[in-house]
Amino acid sequence: MAARAAKAKGPVLPPASAYFIEERHDRTERHTLSVMVDNEPGVLARVIGLFSGRGYNIDSLTVSETEHARHLSRITIVTTGTPAVIEQIKAQLGRMVPVHSVHDLTAEGTPIERELALVKIGNRGSERVEALRLADAFHAEVVDATVDHFVFGLSGTTDKIEQFIAIMAPLGLIEVCRTGIAALSRQGAPA
Amino acid sequence: MEKQMTGAQMVVQALIDQGVEHIFGYPGGAVLPIYDEIIQQDRVEHILVRHEQGAGHAAEGYARSTGKPGVVLVTSGPGATNMVTPLTDALMDSIPLVCFTGQVPTHLIGNDAFQEADTVGITRPATKHNWLVRDVNDLARTIHEAFYVAMHGRPGPVLVDIPKDVQFATGTYIGPGEVRHRSYHPRTKGDPVAIRTAVEMIARAKRPVFYTGGGVVNSGPHAAQLLRELARLTGYPVTSTLMGLGAFPASDPHWLGMLGMHGTFEANNVMHDCDLMVAIGARFDDRITGRVNAFSPGSKKIQIDIDPSSINKNVRVDLGIVGDVGEVLEDLLIVWKAEKPKIDKAALKAWWEQIDRWRARRSLAYRPNRDVIMPQFAIERLFAATRDRDTYITTEVGQHQMWAAQFYRFEEPNRWMTSGGLGTMGYGLPAAVGVQVAHRDSLVIDIAGDASVLMTMQEMSTAVQHDLPIKIFILNNQYMGMVRQWQELLHGNRLSHSYMDSLPDFVKLADAYGCVGIRAEKPGELDDAIAEMIEVKRPVLFDCRVAALANCFPMIPSGKAHNEMLLGEEVTPEEIGAAIGAAGKVLV
Repeated sequence: MAARAAKAKGPVLPPASAYFIEERHDRTERHTLSVMVDNEPGVLARVIGLFSGRGYNIDSLTVSETEHARHLSRITIVTTGTPAVIEQIKAQLGRMVPVHSVHDLTAEGTPIERELALVKIGNRGSERVEALRLADAFHAEVVDATVDHFVFGLSGTTDKIEQFIAIMAPLGLIEVCRTGIAALSRQGAPA
Repeated sequence: MEKQMTGAQMVVQALIDQGVEHIFGYPGGAVLPIYDEIIQQDRVEHILVRHEQGAGHAAEGYARSTGKPGVVLVTSGPGATNMVTPLTDALMDSIPLVCFTGQVPTHLIGNDAFQEADTVGITRPATKHNWLVRDVNDLARTIHEAFYVAMHGRPGPVLVDIPKDVQFATGTYIGPGEVRHRSYHPRTKGDPVAIRTAVEMIARAKRPVFYTGGGVVNSGPHAAQLLRELARLTGYPVTSTLMGLGAFPASDPHWLGMLGMHGTFEANNVMHDCDLMVAIGARFDDRITGRVNAFSPGSKKIQIDIDPSSINKNVRVDLGIVGDVGEVLEDLLIVWKAEKPKIDKAALKAWWEQIDRWRARRSLAYRPNRDVIMPQFAIERLFAATRDRDTYITTEVGQHQMWAAQFYRFEEPNRWMTSGGLGTMGYGLPAAVGVQVAHRDSLVIDIAGDASVLMTMQEMSTAVQHDLPIKIFILNNQYMGMVRQWQELLHGNRLSHSYMDSLPDFVKLADAYGCVGIRAEKPGELDDAIAEMIEVKRPVLFDCRVAALANCFPMIPSGKAHNEMLLGEEVTPEEIGAAIGAAGKVLV
């Protein structure tokens, strides 16, 4: 059937596209968004699907029902993007059917942000003493201990947790679990 | 109104209470209880399709031509997955659909049961919202909520997944009046301060344009009337996207024709050179803007849209107004009439003179041919034969769709049904079925291509069964014309798999389906054949043999701005290929 498909004539042209493909290098910003949603099945999948489907970043995400009587959950998302992308993310979240409100805590003022980390250390001897001393300095709590390991519990800003983990790294760090950021605005009114 | 009934009875009762007269569907194991209720009543008429995708597109055509939601009923598993394309299509083009899917019984969900699929999971990104109803007492509220969500704000498709045990279970039915949505209350009224600012900006403009889209049609016939009034009061030019055709009459002197990749030379140059662009229910799609950083560089931009996420998404605007197009235009006209702002008549006159120079390039011109039917000519003759009738046009996707948009001149909204955003080949034939169901006595024509029409050809059987005299006007060039055009222009004329070998004999095929087949091969036969098609009160497959290698012009080539259009009469394919070849270096 090749007869119908005319062979190319003349010089062979490179393939092109009718889409304009542009690389953008705008500066990016990190924003913490607080989203109140109906606590219904699939709501988290909707939010995550929005981010993955439209190519937005999720740096951190936490979710839990915060108002039991009204079955409302608060989703806290830390995301990175250009100012235009951040605006678009907020608009896209805001138009979702089960979303009650979207607040950009970063744009509304410096939010209070906390993370909880569990940090497991395995060591003996002087390293063990040093780990315990540093944990004390960071006000980390000893959640569990055996003769050759500790599990420290630590809450604080992301920076503080990063720093603690970095310090523990040479002292027999085994594994880390972090909750992601919980955040509230400083204003009196609810977000 | 609270009543005890089964879940299946609730579905039918809710349809009746929502004023639904027609639904499109296909039965299967997981929806049999609902089908058992459907046959025992005559308030809601069920149209049996031949493939679930057909039901979806038929419902889209129904919705688009009536302004009412289209309703679909299909079974679980493959029934639901076959609906993914029409749901996505409706999402892209903002068409209100309510789709009911059967689901395996709740205790089997997650067990890989027969005909089980994670329907809400699969259709989550394909719908505006969806629900899996696990408790029969939630069913009535969910259905009423589904209709509310489909129709309010930016319209779109929704889906309600109903397990079979919920259809059998008995519970309490509540009516639509008792449902208020917890969270979804989109804004429809525009900000009055912004509207006042818009009036000032519109009055001050020297080179203005109204760039209108499907949002005007979705807002209702009233919005289209307001747009006409605005154009009359200001004397400003109007262009429209593919989706917005008909909202503004093509016979009006202010009409510039469609804009975008295959829009008119005058519309695109107006967009490029204007100093004020008022986007009304249009979303700056990439087929409209061409190269974004060269898009209308010198203009202030106002955008009116019901969806806040449409504003500033692709193109930064100076003034965004969130609201329903009809309500915003109404408020804007009240301010305009109260303030009677002075517009710069001299500047406007100069602007129209410039526009007339662009119009004089006759960008839609094509070389007439005595021996072969030119596709543009076929649509011109079709338009001439049907313009004074009560006509609805649907299309498939491809060259024929663009020629229909260019050469069929619409005067009223809701008369033009096409797949714009998703570009779904196979849309037009089932959409025509849906339109004809809603408008039994009207003339409904699907302007089709030979490749597209084969994708949903089986729905001819639906048309025959339900006595729907749709006319399928196939511009048969024996190619996937638009694919071939792109290969010609963008891929060195290497025609990889864009031909249609072994096409069926459409006239014999029509006969096999029990409808009427007509063929036209010469320009001289066309008018009589079209007249015959219109006169036949049965479904028709019209095989219109057109020039095989015609291309769709004018065209904004890749990576180019609106003022760099190529006109079909003035360039050779080699020149176009070369023009794109250079730009192609920065493209993938």
